[in-house]
Amino acid sequence: MSVASQDTAIRTGRVMRTLIYLVLLLFALFYMLPLYVMVINSVKPLDEITGGGMMNLPQVFTLEPWAKAWSSAQIGVQPTGLSPYFWNSIKMVVPAVAISTVLGALNGYVLTKWRFKYDTILFGLILFACFIPFQIVLIPMAKMLGLMGLAGTTWGLVLVHVVYGIGFTTLYFRNYYAVFPTELIRAAQIDGAGFFQIFWRILLPSSGPIAVVSVIWQFTNIWNDFLFGASFAGADSQPMTVALNNLVQASHGVKEYNVHFAGAILAALPTLLVYIVAGRYFVRGLMAGSVKG
Amino acid sequence: MPLSANADFKTRFQHWLPKLVLSPSLAMVLVFVYGFILFSVYLSFTDSRLLPSFGWVGWENYSKLWRLSHWETSITNMGIFAALYIGICTVLGLGLAIFLDQKIRGEGMIRTIYLYPMALSFIVTGTAWKWFLDPGIGLENVMQSWGWTSFEFDWIKNRDFAIYTVVLAAVWQTSGFVMAMFLAGLRGIDNEILKAAQMDGASNWNLYRRIIIPQLRPAFLSAFVILSHLAIKTFDLVIALTGGGPGRATELPATFMYSYTFSRNQMGIGAASATIMLMTIAAIMIPYLYAELREKN
Repeated sequence: MSVASQDTAIRTGRVMRTLIYLVLLLFALFYMLPLYVMVINSVKPLDEITGGGMMNLPQVFTLEPWAKAWSSAQIGVQPTGLSPYFWNSIKMVVPAVAISTVLGALNGYVLTKWRFKYDTILFGLILFACFIPFQIVLIPMAKMLGLMGLAGTTWGLVLVHVVYGIGFTTLYFRNYYAVFPTELIRAAQIDGAGFFQIFWRILLPSSGPIAVVSVIWQFTNIWNDFLFGASFAGADSQPMTVALNNLVQASHGVKEYNVHFAGAILAALPTLLVYIVAGRYFVRGLMAGSVKG
Repeated sequence: MPLSANADFKTRFQHWLPKLVLSPSLAMVLVFVYGFILFSVYLSFTDSRLLPSFGWVGWENYSKLWRLSHWETSITNMGIFAALYIGICTVLGLGLAIFLDQKIRGEGMIRTIYLYPMALSFIVTGTAWKWFLDPGIGLENVMQSWGWTSFEFDWIKNRDFAIYTVVLAAVWQTSGFVMAMFLAGLRGIDNEILKAAQMDGASNWNLYRRIIIPQLRPAFLSAFVILSHLAIKTFDLVIALTGGGPGRATELPATFMYSYTFSRNQMGIGAASATIMLMTIAAIMIPYLYAELREKN
């Protein structure tokens, strides 16, 4: 076998190659396992589960656990199912993603194209904010939300996610705009274009790819968040993750595993869908999260 | 450009506009991040219990904290968890990346499968892992029903081993991402050097050991920084998988802080533990960010 042009491929024999495929396949099974367990058991009647046979395909196929998880499972005191919490999450995630992405784009624009004193230090301060353990802000945040009259509301959660999301969105847009030709902006300035005109007409039209990365990153993080939801949400604003945890951890009554699994998949669907539709960008977003822009 | 004293309003406004646009974000970060950090650090020196209060007690919370066996457990767990999690993810990520870099058929599909766990919340997958690891209905039960009657796997119920199930689930979630980072690193290596080395008769093993892996230094560094920061932040995973149990066997600093602050009404001690978490992350992140930003200028 000759040397690969693109890959750093090694010259390998038949045995070695079989081994490589075997290992890769084995790990593929390992990564698929929890999803398999969830899907397969979410369409079984409960007695099939309690009788053992976690890995078996269902003998009787039923969508009843899904219906129950969505609209009638007992969560907290009300048998409402997960649907109201699903909408809570949507109401929280849409404005939070939109606002943090717009702010990130503007910040990235200012930090790369309108250099001023200490801009690197400012950027460093914003960047470090991405990596703080959120435990350090929980107590003052609870107090602040109370002072602002936002305690226990969806808008309170939106604020929290915007605040702790702009670090990442700024990072993405800053790295993206850093390589954008500044001459174009100079030329526009000479032609009399103002601050917002330059942003709107020149930078924004070419920002599609990085906007997608930012939206995916923010959507995934905010949708999957549990700590802020558990700390700051009120009964009417609990997001999906918190409700799912309440459903699964509920200690009273028979544990309806099939309903739990259906609920878990319902909570996973939006991010899973985003991952399947825009997986390439998702990876790019994750890589950008590794600071190396 | 410097402004002349009689510049008109519009010119002045345009000059200030960029700073004006940046300032709301900057103000938010200053208040909600740095202001809050100061406030929490301050609280760690007060007698706050159910609510913040401002009676200064000096280092008392810290000395109390370090005498708590509960805190000692969570620190020990953090050590075990972080070491294994970072180590296994790195080795696995590098190994899988090298394997996947051998012109594998269906590479795109395999990559997709390896990476999807990162898109899911642990509150979601913890449900599945918890069940899979439960000896009564999970793996142990399945193995026994398949005829391996002596098979035992009850780590999640065992005080001494439960923390390793947390490692397992965490590795499952992140190792694919580490793989992607190494794969990107591998794809960035100049092939000419490799070809030359192969001409000189270097074995595959030597090729990787002496040429390829040393060139992945930036990927190793990024992986370490990200994994250590994720390790210190780990919270949902423990909540979903073990709830900190059995007993307190799987508590981590993040869950310790949460329970001391919000359910045990020991806010001062909770704030002290959060401060220690922040210091640990800062010790890793600040030198890294400093080097990154200096490099870019």
